[in-house]
Amino acid sequence: MMRLVATLLVFISLSTGLAVAGETTTYPDIPKAVGAPHPEGNAYMRINHMRLMRHDRDLTMREGDRSIKYSIKECVACHAVMGPDALPISVQEEGHFCRACHEYAAVKIDCFQCHNSKPEEGFVDLLKQMPPATDDEIQAYLDGMSQ
Amino acid sequence: MKLPALNNKSERPAELNRREFFKSGAAVASVTLAPGVTLMAFGGEASAKADPGKRWGMLIDVNKCSTDCNACVTACSEENGWKLDGHPETDAQWIRKVDLKHKETGREASLPMMCQHCETPPCVDVCPTGASFKRVDGIVLVDKHICIGCRYCMMACPFKARSFVHEDIEDQKTNAPRGKGTVESCTLCVHRVDAGRVPACVESCSATGNGAMMFGDLNDPNSEIAQALKNYPSMGLRDDLRVNPGVRYTNL
Repeated sequence: MMRLVATLLVFISLSTGLAVAGETTTYPDIPKAVGAPHPEGNAYMRINHMRLMRHDRDLTMREGDRSIKYSIKECVACHAVMGPDALPISVQEEGHFCRACHEYAAVKIDCFQCHNSKPEEGFVDLLKQMPPATDDEIQAYLDGMSQ
Repeated sequence: MKLPALNNKSERPAELNRREFFKSGAAVASVTLAPGVTLMAFGGEASAKADPGKRWGMLIDVNKCSTDCNACVTACSEENGWKLDGHPETDAQWIRKVDLKHKETGREASLPMMCQHCETPPCVDVCPTGASFKRVDGIVLVDKHICIGCRYCMMACPFKARSFVHEDIEDQKTNAPRGKGTVESCTLCVHRVDAGRVPACVESCSATGNGAMMFGDLNDPNSEIAQALKNYPSMGLRDDLRVNPGVRYTNL
């Protein structure tokens, strides 16, 4: 009996493993960003990016706090995907960073009804010129997150 | 758990222990952090918020405003990305030039009209969602995230300052998000004001040499605008409504 159960378990895990392996091939092709990675990590950002943006948009708009961490302006700049003319493409075009995942997850993006999905001229270059963070700054950031 | 070296040449000054690391919510960062993390991604500097001690306002000298000049309107359109597209009934307009003629004396005057950034804004009173709001420094804005486009505020505004966006918009200015189904108006170039600059209309007006528009903090007795208001007669439009506009006119 135990042998039967064990065999079954092995079979199940094998088949799920196969299924997962099959699914990975259909994952969206997520374009690389120009800037440095999010210190929170990609998995965290995938789950929480909208909460972070919503929180900070209210701070910016209502309280005039411009020193915030998450702004859609920076999202679209750092994650800009260049088209064949070497200019950033809009969310209307296939291959746009936001679109890649949202299409896969079948989640509608409302942001770009009002916001521009392309960065302003020169903004991407500005991002590239930002100096890398020092270890102290990263430590301070991580400390701030744990509070 | 040990964080990977964030910088190729130097070690981390202090090691996070495993518990703190997980508490920080940045566990996933360990696999994705790489050399060259920028400061920009962190922000976290002392916040500079809208100052409740200030009240931003404008003083417009009608004598200096010439009838044939449209610089303020053009500058606003350029800065905020709205344009008149041949549909005067529905096109959004944040600022307009108004020409006046006194019936008795024949005196003609021209002035720019936009959101008057009232102290007690009727648009804020009537908004059912709280989208129409006044910042602590006196700037009246629309929160387009929660605006439902009911247009009560457009009805309530005595200055006809607000517009409704009737059609889909693409390629907005990043500093002035605009979208179909929401109401909008002059923001007093809030993105510029927060950066310590003056609104686009005021800048363009002084660039033409007319210098009819003055921008500043009405609450600061030493500011140029407060001094001018103190020393010369001025009026707010429709003073009878007691909304106390932040935009004032002189020589009208």
